[in-house]
Amino acid sequence: MSLFFTSEHEWIRLDGDIATVGISTHAQEALGDIVFAEVPESGRALNKGDEAAVVESVKAASDVYAPVAGEVIEGNPALADNPGLVNSDPEGEGWFFKLKVADCSELDGLMDEAAYREWVKTL
Amino acid sequence: MSRIVYNGPTDDHQARGTPYSGDPDGGEGVASDPLRTLALDGWHRARGARMVPFAGYEMPVQYDGVIAEHQWTRQHAGLFDVSHMGQLLFYGERADAALETLLPGELRMLKDGRLRYSLLLDDNGGIVDDLMATRRGDHFYVVVNGATKHDDIAEFERRLPRGVVLDHMKEQALLALQGPEAVAVLEGLAPGVSELSFMQGAMFRVAGQPAWISRSGYTGEDGFEISVDGAVVSKVADALAADERVRPVGLGARDSLRLEAGLPLYGHDLDRETTPVMAGLEFAIGKRRRAEGGFAGAGRILGEIENGTVTKRVGLLVDGRQPVREGAMVLDREANEVGKVTSGTFSPTLGRPIAMAYVPAAMAEPGSQIKLGQRGKLFQAEVTQMPFVPHKYYRKTAGSVTQ
Repeated sequence: MSLFFTSEHEWIRLDGDIATVGISTHAQEALGDIVFAEVPESGRALNKGDEAAVVESVKAASDVYAPVAGEVIEGNPALADNPGLVNSDPEGEGWFFKLKVADCSELDGLMDEAAYREWVKTL
Repeated sequence: MSRIVYNGPTDDHQARGTPYSGDPDGGEGVASDPLRTLALDGWHRARGARMVPFAGYEMPVQYDGVIAEHQWTRQHAGLFDVSHMGQLLFYGERADAALETLLPGELRMLKDGRLRYSLLLDDNGGIVDDLMATRRGDHFYVVVNGATKHDDIAEFERRLPRGVVLDHMKEQALLALQGPEAVAVLEGLAPGVSELSFMQGAMFRVAGQPAWISRSGYTGEDGFEISVDGAVVSKVADALAADERVRPVGLGARDSLRLEAGLPLYGHDLDRETTPVMAGLEFAIGKRRRAEGGFAGAGRILGEIENGTVTKRVGLLVDGRQPVREGAMVLDREANEVGKVTSGTFSPTLGRPIAMAYVPAAMAEPGSQIKLGQRGKLFQAEVTQMPFVPHKYYRKTAGSVTQ
């Protein structure tokens, strides 16, 4: 499974044509304590760049964008009761939604893990 | 992830009173004065603080995390650096009477070493700032908000008679130690502070340094504010932080604590468009002052005490888990906007979102159901009594903690 990152700090884990999307360790640190997350319903069609989810910390609200086009197959139900998963395991259990990717070549422009981690150090 | 919308007093541009653009970079036309550093700047950084611009300073917004710092303060003792606030001295034979022309508080009869919460008003009764005024022997010591201090000073200098001299203590630092264990911690370093009652202050030595200490704060907890020279504040901060009951706390938790305590924040819940009566701060208008008037905006304000106001500040318990923030709309049954949310966050103590808003007087009764609109979504809320979390101020006359 390959891990990609956007410059908006979403991560995408691609398994076949199913992409799991979340926000990066860096992003959750910047937001602080997450108190609310709203994830998309399954069946929703997303274009690349659409507002797909909402994440709120004690002090800030932010949108999570669809990094690629596709159809939502699942929003993470665990975030409704335990949004703190985004802080405790951002790139694992704290995922936001899964997409059936329409065109995997859309991932070509994204950073791989090594490039993203290097880039974040420069911010 | 993008378009982060910051809220509360962690955003410099809101703090300066400019309309919030929703752009965390401040949008166009935002002043870009160089930021000042606090005397404790290195102290905060060494303890892992994340620093943000606020009120013209680089200020610590959080260390471990807002919720952990919030809860630590409610259970133990939180140490806040509020040195960005303005500390002013007013000298002059009739300084109390002169200040009473601008502030509606009872200052002439104020006893030595006693503090009053008061408001600097414009001639129309609008709130220029909220502040704490203390009689200290031959002068008054006044603490004003950091974001407004320069405007306040200009206002005082323009409107006070020549016989009153204002001194801005630019090099003075201010710490706040807040929480149920604050008194035990500080008594160990400054014997005698436990004798102070809520809203009383005196000179002490703490960690060998002279300090003006008052039993006050803005978290709803028992606690103290400690005014010391910036040149020695690190010694005082070190001595306090050496106690395991004390942890440093940033601006983020300061905001959630004061919101739970039902305390308004200038530039958010209070501004020149609001009067003390709209804001529910009638308690700050002394009994004699109500009878005699004679303060800025008295005509309007005394009329509002008599007849009520069109809108009132209320506390809201918001359904669900999503915080409703400053700027959200208060809606009537026909979905017309009839008010605004002025502060909102997720309450760590209550585990649910809370907010303050201005609503039409007819909707201001506790128990009223109110609809709010934010970013195209509707929220249900109920008007509730404030504070959201009971105050724990120490009042000696009652012999114990009172709520």
